[in-house]
Amino acid sequence: MQKYLIRKIKDKIVYAVCLICVIIAIIPLGSILFEVIKNGLPALNSDFFTKGPGPIGESGGGIANSIQGTLILIGLTSLIGIPIGIMSGIYLAEHGNNQFGRIVRLTNNVLMQFPSIVIGIFAYLVIVLPIGSFSPLAGAIALAIIMVPIITRTTEESLKLVPNTLREASMALGIRRWRTTVSIVLVSAKSGVITGIMLSIARVAGETAPLIMTILGSQWFFSGLTEPMDALTLRIWRLSLLPYEYAHTMGWGAALVLIILVLSLNVSARILTRSRYRVKV
Amino acid sequence: MDNELISLGSKAGSQQKYGRTYKIEIENLSAWFGTKQVLKDINMKIRANAITAIIGPSGCGKSTLIRCLNRMHELVPSAKVSGKVFLDGIDIYSKNVDPVVVRRKVGMVFQKPNPFPTMSIYDNVAAGLKLNGIRDRKVLDKLVRRSLEQAWLWDEVKDDLDKPGSSLSGGQQQRLCIARALAVEPEVLLLDEPTSALDPIAASKIEQLIVSLKRDYTIVIVTHNMQQAARVADYTAFLYLGKLIEYDETSRIFSNPKEELTENYIAGRFG
Repeated sequence: MQKYLIRKIKDKIVYAVCLICVIIAIIPLGSILFEVIKNGLPALNSDFFTKGPGPIGESGGGIANSIQGTLILIGLTSLIGIPIGIMSGIYLAEHGNNQFGRIVRLTNNVLMQFPSIVIGIFAYLVIVLPIGSFSPLAGAIALAIIMVPIITRTTEESLKLVPNTLREASMALGIRRWRTTVSIVLVSAKSGVITGIMLSIARVAGETAPLIMTILGSQWFFSGLTEPMDALTLRIWRLSLLPYEYAHTMGWGAALVLIILVLSLNVSARILTRSRYRVKV
Repeated sequence: MDNELISLGSKAGSQQKYGRTYKIEIENLSAWFGTKQVLKDINMKIRANAITAIIGPSGCGKSTLIRCLNRMHELVPSAKVSGKVFLDGIDIYSKNVDPVVVRRKVGMVFQKPNPFPTMSIYDNVAAGLKLNGIRDRKVLDKLVRRSLEQAWLWDEVKDDLDKPGSSLSGGQQQRLCIARALAVEPEVLLLDEPTSALDPIAASKIEQLIVSLKRDYTIVIVTHNMQQAARVADYTAFLYLGKLIEYDETSRIFSNPKEELTENYIAGRFG
């Protein structure tokens, strides 16, 4: 009886410790969100979403060019990064059980930990210098280098969770290997793969350092693949350096917009790809 | 499917010669996982339109043997095969035979029901056709219905074809897997302990179903359950430690086995 009581108390203590840790972990997240919303909301008005920034030192103007730039960057980066990431993940999960696969896996994990400023410098040296101008393309390539290892890793992990019995069932029907991979394995692992893509987009949308080296930042809207472009993170950074109250408010507003943007991309991707128990052939 | 027959290299003469009595002929078949030999020089002829059961204790190579008949064994890394397996007189291990084509002619049902979880009942049955490029809705509808009827599942699911395959009971799921295998119109059906994960009532229904299928298909069933072999099979092979110990008509294997080993196994003295 005594023993039973002690075990019961231990159980309660472990539960309480876990709960406390979760609360501690949530506090910074909650307070950041609270601060961003509190300080950012006053900045939001129609000019904020439709106009570019006005002259420095004068209040007014908006961040429309930065929103546009971030969307272009996310689009270009996804165009480069998602296919490469998913294909590499498929290779590692389905055919990577060999020496080459192990090397790629190791390299990929190292790349995932790489400081993003180094990737920015790399893109600067390899793309910006040769073409002679800052460029959204260089930014997208730098961000894709950050994106690919994340997607590769999460795709591989999700595909490995698909039970082998499904692969065998498909192969036994005389379905070719690549068809099995695409229509059975990948479809079964869809939600994990999409989570990985969303994580990588959130990560990429929040990057600042590599963008300084590649798209530089700009007062203007997008004006070509060989011209500097703005992005929300760059705008937040520049606004926060200015000694004006209005600039700080706009910076908070831009941060709020960035968070909402990433969140809505995430939610809409999930709605669009919900399982309907149908295979598209 | 005609051009696939050609790619299997079939000759008109051999069809005639082998088509009637023996569907599959296994010659000197050995199989390995890495360095471990799991099948040792198997020689066996499997009759067309009959049920052949393979019995034996766990780990004796029963599953490996049937997985060699549709070239599934080689999908396991480090797996190796030697010897010949003739399907209608053509060696499925010869160089110019595409294993994918073999698998379309030799269907397989696994131990645990494994419907595709992301697909509806309809798409599960149609999967083998759709993913091999058949899109004509009329053809698909017809084959799905016929396969479900053959698997005695049509009446139970005809109003729920859009529901996920995983929503069915275990026995229904296994019959769905049988329908899925039949939909690609194979000639041989391999069953790897198809009832061992099911309750007795569902298992007995599957047994009856298997017997009803032998009119149209050549069936090889691996089973742990000797009573099951006695009930459904026309021929029974006893495998022990990778060797074919005895192979004969089921009635003779169970009433009057030639080998002492077989007799001991059937009497339940080991295994």
